[in-house]
Amino acid sequence: MPDSTAIAHGAPDAAEHTHGEHPPYLRHHFNSVEQQADASNFAMWLFLLTEVMFFGGLFTAYLIYRNWYYAAFVAASHQLNVVWGTLNTLVLIISSFTMAMGVWCAETRRRRGLVLCLTLTLILGLGFLGIKTIEYSEKIEKHHVPGFHYSLQSFLDPDSDEAAKAAGDKPLPLDMARHTEIYFSLYFAMTGMHALHMIIGIGILGFMIFRARAGAYTSGHVTFVENFGLYWHFVDIIWIYLFALLYLISRHGT
Amino acid sequence: MSEPNEHAHHIVGPKVYVTILFALLLGTALTVGASFVDLGAWHLTSTLVIYWNPIVALVIACSKAILVVLYFMHVRYSTRLTMLTVGAGIFMFLALVGMTLSDYISRAWGQW
Repeated sequence: MPDSTAIAHGAPDAAEHTHGEHPPYLRHHFNSVEQQADASNFAMWLFLLTEVMFFGGLFTAYLIYRNWYYAAFVAASHQLNVVWGTLNTLVLIISSFTMAMGVWCAETRRRRGLVLCLTLTLILGLGFLGIKTIEYSEKIEKHHVPGFHYSLQSFLDPDSDEAAKAAGDKPLPLDMARHTEIYFSLYFAMTGMHALHMIIGIGILGFMIFRARAGAYTSGHVTFVENFGLYWHFVDIIWIYLFALLYLISRHGT
Repeated sequence: MSEPNEHAHHIVGPKVYVTILFALLLGTALTVGASFVDLGAWHLTSTLVIYWNPIVALVIACSKAILVVLYFMHVRYSTRLTMLTVGAGIFMFLALVGMTLSDYISRAWGQW
């Protein structure tokens, strides 16, 4: 019984002899690399489902309030700039594309291509946040951030407001005008949570670029890049809906 | 590289990604364009009116999301477990939103 001595010395010795037979990144509680990849892919999707439920609650709140206070939602959404919103949609879609290309580079073991794709994704992500900052600062200047300093002027007297005037808004009655604050609460909650996801994603991207330069993801083990790709694309999908629902309400002149 | 332990999964190539990118850009252009056109409404009854603008916006957004899920997120080439997981998530989301909305729609607001 030559094995018994190894067992007597403890688990590390007993496990050591198998390391030459499989890639170093295969954990011992999995049978194969494929099983390990499938399990982590499944886990990533389960995490994304919790994210769907989280954003789903916000979207449901949006739906209900939009139905109740439609006139307020139309007037408030006219305060958003469609050009910035469209530009941000394009930036995010292209960043999803560069991320997908990054996954392909990792799978086909192109280290420099992967670093380039991840860097482009990071730059586009920062560009998105930059545009978002411009939009937020416009809202702060106009006192459209919900709270004590919230201003109803753009909705009670639309002719005094450039964006409202351009959209041809009619003055809202006071009670309806006050409900624009609900729109902006949802706007900041939803785009803010989306931006937080982007910031987290950009942080992870920085870490991944650092590791990718050392060749960490181009030696056959692509799970981390792949799962991060899923996260990034998910954030893109959320924005696709946010853009359609927050920016494009009734732009056709009611 | 065909070691027995090598992960043998489908690799989606640049051609597919470029095609999807252009489809998504086209969808964005369509949805922005459509939002500036009054697409009218369908007056089913005096109280039930279906406006086409938000429906078109959502249909385009859903088409874009489906393209991203199927191709960028590789679900079309994934295991059945992944497909089932994604399907279960969408079903659960629609069920929860649907039940919430049915509650709001069917209550006698202001009549008690």
